Amino acid sequence: MHTAAQPLNKDKVVTQQHALQDPIWVRWGLIAIAISFISLFICVPLGLVIFQAFSKGLQAYWSALSNTDTLSAIKLTLLVAVITVPLNTLFGVVSAWAITRFEFKGKSFLTTLIDIPFSVSPVISGFIFVLLFGAEGWFGKILVEHDIKIIFAAPGIILATLFITFPFVARQLIPLMQEMGNQEEEAALSLGASGWKTFFSVTLPNIKWALLYGVLLCNARAMGEFGAVSVVSGHIRGMTNTLPLHVEVSYNDYDVVSAFASASILAALAIVTLILKTALEWKQANR
Amino acid sequence: MSILLSDISKNFGTFAALNHINLDVPEGELVALLGPSGCGKTTLLRIIAGLEHTDKGRVIINGQDKTEQTVSQRGIGFVFQHYALFRHMTVFENVAFGLRVKPRKDRPSNDVIAKKVHSLLELVQLDWLHNRYPDQLSGGQRQRIALARALAVEPSVLLLDEPFGALDASVRKDLRQWLRNLHHELHVTSIFVTHDQEEAMEVASRVVVLNHGQIEQQGSPSDIYDHPANAFVSKFIGQTNIFDLDEHDNDWLQTAGLLQPSQQGKIAHVRPHDIIIKKTDNHHTAPATLKDWQHLGALIRIELVKNESNGSDAPVFAEMPNDQFKQLELTKGDKVKLKIRQAHWFH
Ligand SMILES: Nc1ncnc2c1ncn2[C@@H]1O[C@H](COP(=O)(O)OP(=O)(O)O)[C@@H](O)[C@H]1O
Ligand SMILES: [Mg+2]
Repeated sequence: MHTAAQPLNKDKVVTQQHALQDPIWVRWGLIAIAISFISLFICVPLGLVIFQAFSKGLQAYWSALSNTDTLSAIKLTLLVAVITVPLNTLFGVVSAWAITRFEFKGKSFLTTLIDIPFSVSPVISGFIFVLLFGAEGWFGKILVEHDIKIIFAAPGIILATLFITFPFVARQLIPLMQEMGNQEEEAALSLGASGWKTFFSVTLPNIKWALLYGVLLCNARAMGEFGAVSVVSGHIRGMTNTLPLHVEVSYNDYDVVSAFASASILAALAIVTLILKTALEWKQANR
Repeated sequence: MSILLSDISKNFGTFAALNHINLDVPEGELVALLGPSGCGKTTLLRIIAGLEHTDKGRVIINGQDKTEQTVSQRGIGFVFQHYALFRHMTVFENVAFGLRVKPRKDRPSNDVIAKKVHSLLELVQLDWLHNRYPDQLSGGQRQRIALARALAVEPSVLLLDEPFGALDASVRKDLRQWLRNLHHELHVTSIFVTHDQEEAMEVASRVVVLNHGQIEQQGSPSDIYDHPANAFVSKFIGQTNIFDLDEHDNDWLQTAGLLQPSQQGKIAHVRPHDIIIKKTDNHHTAPATLKDWQHLGALIRIELVKNESNGSDAPVFAEMPNDQFKQLELTKGDKVKLKIRQAHWFH
């Protein structure tokens, strides 16, 4: 109200522009602080990982990666991602669809539930599975009787990762689908398209970049998760170690090259994720 | 094909959006569904299309009960208020969509589809835009593409929800005329929703007035204008002066010898063009003073104030053709005599 009543004269505009422009030393000072912070906490550690990984030469790096324990950790990590990412993609699309397209009781409760893995400490999440499926857990007896191993085995790791990564896709889709509304889908239906046809030819093309973005984040977390997986895995070398766990185990065994070589793979994954993420963001903005 | 709605009711929670709607649209007709915002027009249209369920009543199209059919089974063309074009498809693909999703045995070949799409785009005069995406079109163009898309599947009936609601006045005017002509050409049974009475009267051969989920009146535009069934319709269709003979306007009207209370009711609605004014020098008996006037193109709208002090101070509006007003040589502040040609009476 106050500013609207003031006459808009030229002088005023000019002084306002000056007010927005801080002195040069302030600007450069702030930029320098930002850059040194990023270097200190991101570039230096990243450089260190690479330096340590190659500290004994290319040969040592290569043999650290090709030793059976490392290979099995890579395999398990890939297995976990291959199972959890598609399942959580499906789950994310289904729950986003339900939340944005239907009216039902307990809708806001479901929306809150989706966020739980983000708000609960991963260690606690892992612990829940131990309480459920561990030898002393609720289902422990039945599992032992039928000779099924979940905790300290791959199924436990997959379950924990599923739990940890399930919000990523849904969280990307819900706001987008809410904003888009369902008019295009209604139009497709009124033109005689079936529900599936409508989903694949109208909904999916509209949400594909957000969906890919969610899948990417989901994958990065599925491969990089430490806390929850650490609780349920039991750290059995060559059996239940994923890459992040393998890094820790090797480091604790003073096998520096192996630890940092594995870490370099995770770092590379992070960098690739970052590049794809930027590309997808650009794509989404220029749709 | 004809549309028959029998006793349609719809509630949202405890709110009654539609109340016992009965409507019969004969084959080939273009009917306007007219009513203020929030009166249930969109809801009724969505129920006919199958996008919304009725709580009660039947939807019968061409003699067939369609109430239980899904939207994709009904074969109804729906043009949405905000176009709802597929944003990731070109104009061509948008129009072709309904043909491409047909079951394989009914699906035309690509050549036939292309031919049909281009002929529809020519019909809406936008074939030159076939390669564009929806966000590269103006509002009026999008609306016409939406119409072409709905027509592509040769729908049994066409439903249009405020098709020109989001467009600017000049584009609206053009499109109204264009829609009317298109309907003459195609003769597809259509229901056209609008909250603009002028638009309804101009486009449709029959107007259905809806208020608070109920049909207030239906008939030809002239029927509704000349014989409004109730006070709501009279107020909603065109401008009207309202005089309540039980309250403050009584004295003024009677002193001026303008209106006597009628058997039919106590509230008189008088159209502006039913008030004739004449200049007078007799300052004591003159019932009104000319306050101001506005040009409405060919017509002049004259704003009058009542001279009787105990009347309500609402202005009275009269309308007359431009040249007639010039002949009267009136200026602001002139005292005038009035004659009321006719009034509609309501309780
Ligand atoms: N899905 C819904 N849930 C609750 N109320 C609704 C819903 N859709 C419409 N309404 C209500 O029903 C009334 C009629 O709405 P609508 O048919 O959209 O009116 P119109 O198209 O005539 O402006 C409005 O008061 C609106 O708030
Ligand atoms: Mg509406």
